[in-house]
Amino acid sequence: MSSEAAPNQGSWAARNVMSGPDIDRALTRIAHEIIERNKGASDVLLLGIPTRGVPLATRLAAKIRHVEPDAGGTDLLGQLDITMYRDDLHHGPVRTVKSTVIPPEGIDDRIVVLVDDVLFSGRTVRAALDAIKDLGRPRAVQLAALVDRGHRRLPIRPDYVGKNLPTSVDERVKVNLTEIDGTDAVVIAQPETQDSGPVVPEAGQ
Amino acid sequence: MRHLLSTSDLSLEEAVRILDTTAQMAATQEREVKKLPTLRGRTVVNLFFEDSTRTRISFETAAKRLSADVINFSAKGSSLSKGESLKDTALTLKAMGADAVIIRHQASGAPYTLAHAGWLDAPVINAGDGTHQHPTQALLDAYTIRRHLMGETMGEPDSIGVVGKDLSGLKIVIVGDVLHSRVARANVYLLSTLGAQVTLVSPPTLLPVGVETWPCQISYHLDEAIDQVQPDAIMMLRVQRERMSSAGGGFFPSPLEYTRIYGLDAKRLGRLPEHAIVLHPGPMNRGLEISAQAADSPRSVIVEQVANGVAVRMAVLYLLLTGESSAGTAAHPTGKENS
Repeated sequence: MSSEAAPNQGSWAARNVMSGPDIDRALTRIAHEIIERNKGASDVLLLGIPTRGVPLATRLAAKIRHVEPDAGGTDLLGQLDITMYRDDLHHGPVRTVKSTVIPPEGIDDRIVVLVDDVLFSGRTVRAALDAIKDLGRPRAVQLAALVDRGHRRLPIRPDYVGKNLPTSVDERVKVNLTEIDGTDAVVIAQPETQDSGPVVPEAGQ
Repeated sequence: MRHLLSTSDLSLEEAVRILDTTAQMAATQEREVKKLPTLRGRTVVNLFFEDSTRTRISFETAAKRLSADVINFSAKGSSLSKGESLKDTALTLKAMGADAVIIRHQASGAPYTLAHAGWLDAPVINAGDGTHQHPTQALLDAYTIRRHLMGETMGEPDSIGVVGKDLSGLKIVIVGDVLHSRVARANVYLLSTLGAQVTLVSPPTLLPVGVETWPCQISYHLDEAIDQVQPDAIMMLRVQRERMSSAGGGFFPSPLEYTRIYGLDAKRLGRLPEHAIVLHPGPMNRGLEISAQAADSPRSVIVEQVANGVAVRMAVLYLLLTGESSAGTAAHPTGKENS
């Protein structure tokens, strides 16, 4: 879950770690891994976590359908807003609640694959697990992330990873997607000067 | 937005944001598990100095659906009936750690005093004060109107597809006892902020002094107004006979005459445009301001208004009780980490 705020843009040295074709290849591989791991994709339901998990899930769904045209039955794709399940609602600005879209017949007995852009502390995933619990009882929940940047604070691990990206805590990882940002790229930014006091790690950045 | 006291305080962006949040809250209320953990551990106080059933229950339901703890304080059977002042009540609530106070009071301005006198740190939500304002009612009316009339196909309800939209271009007629109606005041300001064109229709005796300064048109003739305005939505107000001294109270000659001139009957319902919807804040006086045919017609959204009331109040509680300003006590040093 990426936040929109990116203060001090000027003092951050950014470098590209994944290009558009890199992202596309990673998603193609993840799509095949999902099919392989689940021995087909007939029960799979991809749930993108807004904001950038949603276009990623949409792309994964298209790739899975390309291989298995009847994957997921009528609904292979949904989205899961976790805002109201966060444990940090008392901090920062008021967060906009986004839509949750699940199949009309529910998520019971489906294999839910959560899709997010950056996996960092694991708190978003924890919130997502709570949200899923209120929606139904899936057969299994799996986790796909385009980037795993480490520094987990909860016992959570991804099942499908686009790229493992070793980072330091004060760096920021930003996923740009054409649907939202106009371009496909994963950018890692680090502060050029360390003398401006302790840097608070930003959400997914 | 720190408190919700009056719809005239709301900017267009704030109003649309509340309606958008309402749409998401309403979507969660169609699930099997309706309860969300969002406000767990927060305490919401319902402070009702005036009788109310639906507003109090609606707020209570909304708070409980968000997992907040609710304390109901009504004037009857509490120290309030022993003559305790509003200030002392507020200090008591503060001492008990209320995170939000929902207040209904017979005096206009009581919520403002509670919010600004410095007795209380918590956000204050006005649930109706005297003849002044009833913002959550206006918000649920606006939400209901937007849902029905701003979608791709007019008349087909759509909650999520209208997210981000205001009410520009809509014509709304509000009919009845404007003088005693906080719902009318709240609606005039909110609907005009949202870009709708509002026309008030009322006998001259039931219009307040200064109504010409409100952002709306005024008419004394319902039939003329229906024909000229061609409203997309018509809102019937309750004739508040308990606020009029004797029967009619000199505001109009007889209930029958009021019904003939200002009541919504089947004939007037038929003269409304095809897609028009009928609203009423409730409780209805069937046979007085609205006939049973109009109240029960498929174009009436009166029952839906009650359901939307819960979602609107969830949205207001969510927006006022989360975020930095709501922290109240110790701020978390590294609060933003997440992924």
